[in-house]
Amino acid sequence: MNAALLTLAALPGWSAVVDALLLKEHNTRVVVLGVTCLGLAAGVAGTFLLLRKRSLTADALAHATLPGVALGFIVMVLAGGSGKSMPGLLVGAFVFGLLGMGWLMAIRRTTRLKDDAALGIVLSVTFGLGMALVKIAETTPGGSAAGLDRFIVGRAASMLEAEAIWLPVAAVVVTLVALLLFKELKLLCFDGAYGATQGWPTGLLDALLMGLVLAVTVIGLQSVGMLLVVALLIVPAAAARFWTQRLGVMVVVAGVIGMVSGYLGAIASALFANAPTGPIIVLLCSVMFGVSLVFGARRGVVVRVARHVRLARRIGRQHLLRALYEMHEGTDGVGHVSRSRLMRARSWSAGQLRRLMVRLVREGLIRRAADGSAALTEQGRVAARRYVRNHRLWEMYLIEHADIAPSHVDRDADAIEHVLGDAMIERLEQLLAQRFPQMALPASPHPIDFVDARETRPADVR
Amino acid sequence: MSLMTNHTPQRLHADACELPQRQVPRHPADAPLSIHDMTVAYHRKPVLWDVDLDIPQGKLVGIVGPNGAGKSTLLKAALDLVPKVSGRVLVYGKPYKKQRRMVAYVPQRESVDWDFPVDALDVVTMGTYGRIGWCVPVFRKHRRAALEALERVGMADYAHRQISQLSGGQQQRVFLARALVQDAQLYLMDEPFAGVDAATERAIVTLLHDLRAAGRTVLVVHHDLQTVREYFDQLILLNMRVVAHGPTDEVFTDANLHATYGGRLTLLSEAAEALAQQERP
Amino acid sequence: MSVEVQIGVWVAVLGSLCAVACAVPGTLLVLRRQSMMGDAISHTVLPGLAIAFLITHSRDPLPMFIGAVLIGLLTALAVQWVQRLGRMDSGTSMGVVFTTLFALGIVLMSGDLLRSVDLDAKCVLYGNVDAAASSIILKQVAVPRELWTLGGVLAMNALLVGVFYKEFKVSAFDPALADSLGISSRAMHYLLMTMTAITTVAAFEVVGSIIVIAMLIVPAATAYLLTDRFGWMFVWSVVFGVLAVIGGTVAAVTVPTWFGYTATVSAGAMAVAGGLLFVGVWFASPRHGLASKYVHRAAMSLRVLREDVLGLLYRLEEMRVVDHAEGTPRFLRRVLDAGPIASRLALRALERRGLICATAGVYALTDAGRDRARRLVRTHRLWESYLAHHMHIPVDHVHGSAEVLEHVTTDEMQDRLADETAQPMYDPHGKRVPPAGRE
Repeated sequence: MNAALLTLAALPGWSAVVDALLLKEHNTRVVVLGVTCLGLAAGVAGTFLLLRKRSLTADALAHATLPGVALGFIVMVLAGGSGKSMPGLLVGAFVFGLLGMGWLMAIRRTTRLKDDAALGIVLSVTFGLGMALVKIAETTPGGSAAGLDRFIVGRAASMLEAEAIWLPVAAVVVTLVALLLFKELKLLCFDGAYGATQGWPTGLLDALLMGLVLAVTVIGLQSVGMLLVVALLIVPAAAARFWTQRLGVMVVVAGVIGMVSGYLGAIASALFANAPTGPIIVLLCSVMFGVSLVFGARRGVVVRVARHVRLARRIGRQHLLRALYEMHEGTDGVGHVSRSRLMRARSWSAGQLRRLMVRLVREGLIRRAADGSAALTEQGRVAARRYVRNHRLWEMYLIEHADIAPSHVDRDADAIEHVLGDAMIERLEQLLAQRFPQMALPASPHPIDFVDARETRPADVR
Repeated sequence: MSLMTNHTPQRLHADACELPQRQVPRHPADAPLSIHDMTVAYHRKPVLWDVDLDIPQGKLVGIVGPNGAGKSTLLKAALDLVPKVSGRVLVYGKPYKKQRRMVAYVPQRESVDWDFPVDALDVVTMGTYGRIGWCVPVFRKHRRAALEALERVGMADYAHRQISQLSGGQQQRVFLARALVQDAQLYLMDEPFAGVDAATERAIVTLLHDLRAAGRTVLVVHHDLQTVREYFDQLILLNMRVVAHGPTDEVFTDANLHATYGGRLTLLSEAAEALAQQERP
Repeated sequence: MSVEVQIGVWVAVLGSLCAVACAVPGTLLVLRRQSMMGDAISHTVLPGLAIAFLITHSRDPLPMFIGAVLIGLLTALAVQWVQRLGRMDSGTSMGVVFTTLFALGIVLMSGDLLRSVDLDAKCVLYGNVDAAASSIILKQVAVPRELWTLGGVLAMNALLVGVFYKEFKVSAFDPALADSLGISSRAMHYLLMTMTAITTVAAFEVVGSIIVIAMLIVPAATAYLLTDRFGWMFVWSVVFGVLAVIGGTVAAVTVPTWFGYTATVSAGAMAVAGGLLFVGVWFASPRHGLASKYVHRAAMSLRVLREDVLGLLYRLEEMRVVDHAEGTPRFLRRVLDAGPIASRLALRALERRGLICATAGVYALTDAGRDRARRLVRTHRLWESYLAHHMHIPVDHVHGSAEVLEHVTTDEMQDRLADETAQPMYDPHGKRVPPAGRE
């Protein structure tokens, strides 16, 4: 594997790389521009495709273009041409893409087959038809020179400048149309039925979205190839999803990821004679996807794990402080609690408890005696009193109001209090303070049994 | 023979020798919503059977019935979201298609993907899209209107929260705000009280009263019989067909509830099943 | 036998083996709504081969085979991981995973190392059943290697489905139920993925890694339109798969010559033949086909029309108004608002069954016809009573519903209707409800 990559990497000199990056090479300029714009268009259109949960439809459409290319070639040869006219081939591709889409919709509407089977049928049958037609096209006079199979895996270097010049234009037009329809597509993807009640033609909007996707596919046939253009639509959008919770930002991020991948991929293809453009662009996208999946600022794995660890740590700390306080509630939290009693108070392991206590000692909230028992410091008592109070307020709120938040419904009262903001706590106090006007700290609404606390506490049981 | 001379053959067809089948135009022209002779089938199985309704102006109207009675379907069919087998829907005397602006719809909360990358304000702003029209972007005035609507449901502080971070009640309020910003005459709400907290429930009731005070008409699919009397002026008891319809005090009787929730429909369900089967080879 | 025919037979034999081997996992994929996993796995055969070669540095079939299967399984696992880690829908996750691996495969193959050993992307994508068949003929191999591989995979698939038949059935129908019965739907999922990976790898050499999808999905989907039985799905999938292969083999040689071209690739033609079979069944399937739905609907409306004729004649008799004007076909047609052909068909059918008879162009009920008609009118009026009294539907609304319901009411339902409406003498309109038997 390394050997293969090394042979790729050994070839161009440093100055050639710089020249290519700065687009000094006249031959490659148009191609690089075209593929960069393609990346932009794919990222933007792909965002809506992804949010409409139709990612794989693009794959079926792309496969459906192959017979169009072959038939376009055959028809042009029959009409007396050479069959190499790029617009002719792409028009054929577009028409067959539309036919594939029609077939897909007909299967969806009139049979009991599910979406996945409909996609599989359209994809494989049209590709088979394409294969058969390509073979026929190759045996017609002049056909073998056309190299129709470059449409399958893509070869940007094979593009002629005269042909390639309108591809960036088309890509920019697709991007602009998608942005012009930003609001309509947003509504379609989020809540199409509601859009319909406002009079938006959701069927037409759906068709427009698929039309944009098909246009990107056709534009990308030559440089990325029909088997991989779907990646350009899906992967940048999927990567962008990890960075933001706003659609507008997501569109921009996906567009940028697509552009950068396209730009770098096209340059790589210009530098290495036999490097396949499409796969390199896709691999660049995939690397960015991987990075986003792990490090994405909103939904990335690291952020989510960090959030979870922080929450778990905070909860553990509050549990410990509360246990220490409640076991000596009569004396306002003054007194030692033995290690074994603490162990029984919660379902934490010995290791967890030890780490927790070390951290709290360091923060100066508890002190530990030589026998392993622990007691709250003055500072710890203040904190513990606050946690106990919040907890009991919240428990009572649940008893009184039973707020059901879907994302929180599986958590018990203990967990919820830790995600409450100050504003919510304040509201809780207002709601419930009148029931305990004389007490700074409301009594627990249920008996606290320290011998085996978990069994009897309703909040825990729930 | 004298009986027949009065009947043209067409007439005879219409009632096939029985009594006159229907006097068609009996709706007052200005009823906010009149549904006439509506039958709806899902997967070839009838869900609503021959529904006739006139919703009076300026009232809070509840729709109550057991699960699967077709409550949500009634709203969706009225809004053309599911196909009707037959029937006509008039909004203020004109076909619904021409009167879309007069109607605002609050769908069930489960109907959308709450993980979608939009915030509460975005969702409410969608209520203005109908006014804005094709390809024109959202302007500040639209966003301001949306913010006002959010304020009316007590959610202004949450305008820039991603919608999955809202509680169930808050999500429901966002949906209500989206309907409010449409500034419609007729509101159709699908289970707005389902799975919300007490505070939201009170807020929704206040909102309903505000709407009524402003002369709007509200039709609410509801599931909680306990609160029916308190919340609604009028009531529709629905179970495949309209069992009863009228002022809540008159309609909300044990006999009617029994007819709605009790059995006694086996024959009709069976016939409906047979009808559905008949379609299949 | 000429060499061409011999080659053709071998093409059909190898193709059929592929199709039958694919039918087994294909059926399960379609039923479990995971057809696109077949797509994803088959696309990753290419990187699998490349990676296997780079690791082992040999073109020995066995390591290559194992490598490709492992990458296929890795695809299935990675789709699940990415879906869970990235919290995205399975389609997107599949799209990300298989395109990445596929792109990696092509990049690896374009490296000089692989180019030198003649392993190129095109032959993986296209396969070459024609070349395989020719080389069998040319080299005079008695039992070619492809036959062993495909036969072995087919036997394995058949054995696995035979052993785990009910487990597959339950977990395809309802994964949650399967889990509650102690059948791990996860394990069944990965077993199926393993089968799919092995089958696609075995088949790519012959038909190429994309036409494999046609062999996995299309016959199974065709079968799904034809039968509702789990077991028969497999049988029909096999039948359609083999038919598509034979049709494709023949069409590849013959159809292009009609237009003055030479033969085309058989694999592509097999996919097209499978697609055409699908379209044919889609239209003509007795249960779920478009045409049969139409025919059935027409037959239904004719039956309704016949019953309406009987009902109308009975009601006319009831009012004693049968005379020349009323019993004529033209009158009946106008009253029932039926088309000329439909009404003629209905009248002729009724006459043939002896339910009505014509005297001088005027139709009247026979005794048998009167019995049938009485039953219909009775049902109609009982329904009206039921709807009015039990369902509180306004009297002026019950007729329309009764019109519809009377045509689907069985004798047993009629008896229960009569019981529930307490055997009324009159319907809500004041019309007499005819008795059940003859008067």
